Amino acid sequence: MTERLIQRVLGPAGPEVTCEQCFEQLDRFAEVELRDGTAAAEAAVPGMTAHLEGCPACAEEHAVLRELLRS
Amino acid sequence: MLSPGDSTDVVAPAPAAVAPADDTAAWLAALRGTGAERERAIGELHELLLRAARFTVRRAHAQRPQLREAYEDLAHQSADDALVAVLAKLDTFRGESRFTTWAYKFAVLEASVALRRHAWQGREIPLEQDGWRTLHASDPSPGERAESRELLAALPAAIEEALTSHQRRVLVAVTLDGVPIDVLAERLGTTRGALYKTLHDARRRLRERLAARGFELGGGGGT
Repeated sequence: MTERLIQRVLGPAGPEVTCEQCFEQLDRFAEVELRDGTAAAEAAVPGMTAHLEGCPACAEEHAVLRELLRS
Repeated sequence: MLSPGDSTDVVAPAPAAVAPADDTAAWLAALRGTGAERERAIGELHELLLRAARFTVRRAHAQRPQLREAYEDLAHQSADDALVAVLAKLDTFRGESRFTTWAYKFAVLEASVALRRHAWQGREIPLEQDGWRTLHASDPSPGERAESRELLAALPAAIEEALTSHQRRVLVAVTLDGVPIDVLAERLGTTRGALYKTLHDARRRLRERLAARGFELGGGGGT
């Protein structure tokens, strides 16, 4: 609980893409992630995972797109 | 809603490793064509976007079934808006994913933003409250580290001392009050990208302040 609250406030530590870059790369990231896993997707789009940890809105859109592609 | 030029610590995407799927060329040829073929393709694209928008709102109305009718309208409006966006940006499609995946994300974005705005319609956003002052740990839970409780106890002073009033407002609204960043951007007359930059800068300042006080901050913000 405490750790989650701290995580929410302080966000990710490493470099991250912007919201604009996240949207630009979201389709590519989701496809690589579903095909080859999260590590491969992060290698394809460095900084994406950190941004998804720090931005609830982008994280929600990423989750929906992933579920949609798997449906 | 997303504006170019708002940057955090920019990292350059690596070259694309995904080949476009077979139907991508057919979609592009039809949408860049003329006459009846293009009209038919636009109709099919709208159906595709409506499917994505309905999928997005279905996730939400599973929790709020009384809003089913409003959400169906919202899905249609989102699909319409996404269609306009996809057609306007067609020449920017770089073939780094399937065309359908690329198109889906516009519908997901439109529907997600509309859902968040709908959920916050008429709700007051307590921008002037000093919510960070009351940040403190509740009773210790099993496995919780003492260092985390000390870090949490140090946060209010760091927020007060290291951040500007604008940074505090954004940080508190988004991370403590759970206000969606695009809803906050709309209320403040700015963009989601600009607000995230503010949030990112605020978090960096907080980390620097806490590090200067001897806290060892890991990737997850814990000690």
